[in-house]
Amino acid sequence: MDYRGIPIDHRAILELIRGQASVLDLGCGRGELMGILIKEKDCRCQGIEIDENAVYECVARGLSVLHGDIDSGLSEYADKSFDYVVLNQSLQQLRHFDSVFKDALRVGRRVIVGLPNFAHYKARLQLFFGGKAPVTPSLPYNWFESPNVHFLSISDFRNYCKSRDARIIRSICLGERWRVLLLPNLLANLAIFLLSK
Amino acid sequence: MQEKTLGLVKAQEFTFAGSGQGFKLECGEGLSPVTLAYETYGYLNSDKTNAILIAHALSGDAHAAGLSDGGSRLGWWDNMIGPGKAFDTDKYFIICSNVLGGCRGSSGPSSANPKTKKPYGLSFPSVTIRDMVNAQKELIDYLGIDKLLSVAGGSMGGMQVLAWLVAYPGRLRSAIPIATSLKHSPQQIAFNEVGRQAIIADPCWRSGDYYGSTPPARGLSLARMIGHITYMSDQSMEKKFGRLKKKDPRPFKFTADFEVEGYLHYRGDNFVKRFDANSYLYITKAMDNFNLLEGGTIQSLFKGVKARLLVIAFKSDWLYPSYQSKEIVKAAKLAGLETTYCEVDSAYGHDAFLLETKEETHLIRHFLKKAFYGYGARVR
Repeated sequence: MDYRGIPIDHRAILELIRGQASVLDLGCGRGELMGILIKEKDCRCQGIEIDENAVYECVARGLSVLHGDIDSGLSEYADKSFDYVVLNQSLQQLRHFDSVFKDALRVGRRVIVGLPNFAHYKARLQLFFGGKAPVTPSLPYNWFESPNVHFLSISDFRNYCKSRDARIIRSICLGERWRVLLLPNLLANLAIFLLSK
Repeated sequence: MQEKTLGLVKAQEFTFAGSGQGFKLECGEGLSPVTLAYETYGYLNSDKTNAILIAHALSGDAHAAGLSDGGSRLGWWDNMIGPGKAFDTDKYFIICSNVLGGCRGSSGPSSANPKTKKPYGLSFPSVTIRDMVNAQKELIDYLGIDKLLSVAGGSMGGMQVLAWLVAYPGRLRSAIPIATSLKHSPQQIAFNEVGRQAIIADPCWRSGDYYGSTPPARGLSLARMIGHITYMSDQSMEKKFGRLKKKDPRPFKFTADFEVEGYLHYRGDNFVKRFDANSYLYITKAMDNFNLLEGGTIQSLFKGVKARLLVIAFKSDWLYPSYQSKEIVKAAKLAGLETTYCEVDSAYGHDAFLLETKEETHLIRHFLKKAFYGYGARVR
């Protein structure tokens, strides 16, 4: 498989999903990840996306996508409707983080969560020495334009999973180009978690 | 814009159930014979896998595309059906038939009853959306098509699409219900009832027995005027008419002074030239009685369905609001169907399904391409 051109977080997710699985991608954007999963892993994918133009792009790629918000879109599914529910870079943007997280664990046999790490050392330095809200490769927005409403670190999310009885089966921590094996809460930009109830 | 059109098209007729018990309707009565007027565009491929059935709305007919009546009349969905268009006649074989109960060539209350040789009038049995679909199925059988690539339609056409999914899940590979609902709401029923009462209150209606004399044109025209208000949106009316007044105001108190009044009169007057008042009563009643959730749950509605769905709603459509399309999506989710749903940002109201062709074309063209050529590596 040639992974060149595939974003590093998508590559990690690809590794976590088994072939021919059914996947629900929440906040699927223009459908890049679903396209890769269908092509490389022969998956059956369904997306949910709020942006109308992104929906048109998904349709042009031949993908199945539902136009709407994640909160209401997820709750209508029956238990264990999908092998995987993916929340890549979208969970931190949801107002109802907690209820969506619980619903995702109900609807998917496995849940994959991708999050930017607010405790990355660059963010820490900007906040500590600069006294400014951090702008980093994984948190690229100024405070006044950020779609993110929750700011959490890799450690925060691990603790959160524990409190919600969610089992972390695997996690992959990522720098800008490489995987981070040492001190991920300090050195990783992003983390991808594979979870189950 | 794609300006290519199909040119002149020819109407055809299919008559069945001419003997025996006749065609069994949901009300229990039989109808014999049954005629469906239909048109086809494009060519059926050798393995008969490229056929798409188009279902029309309340006032539509079999003439969906191209030119008829010697070239003077364009089909009601010509901007969507034709070479290179959303329903591409270079690739697909498109079928559209006039519904059972209609007045544009298919059996309906204005057809002659073979027993009396006179028009049925109110002796025509009640028909349902399911009856319309069952009759279409006879036509599809007759054309030798085992599995339709898709069934598509808006409004009442969308109800037929949904009824197809439930009644003949094995006979279609995909479905495109547009601006429609699993069941008619009280508001939708209410508007239809006002339209029906306008017809019934017309003294010319004479309990439906007006054939050969003056038809209830005033009543039917009024029904159509009410209908047209519900097809538009506040925004689209503001844009189209504003408070503009007509150029030739007449010195009488209650003439149509405003452009919007003139428009409604024009629409009403035109409608009576091509539509039968009794058909209007029968078809609106079929719409009102439509309820796919009757006697079942939304969980089990699409059980056994394998088709892919493309559900389309329009933001400013207040007659068939998007929550009704979301109900369809919910049923599809619970049945595990791969579904695409889009709420198109349009200001046209319910009429958007006939007018918002750019977005609709994009969605339908790509959806059909996948349905026809397969879905990536794996087809469920």
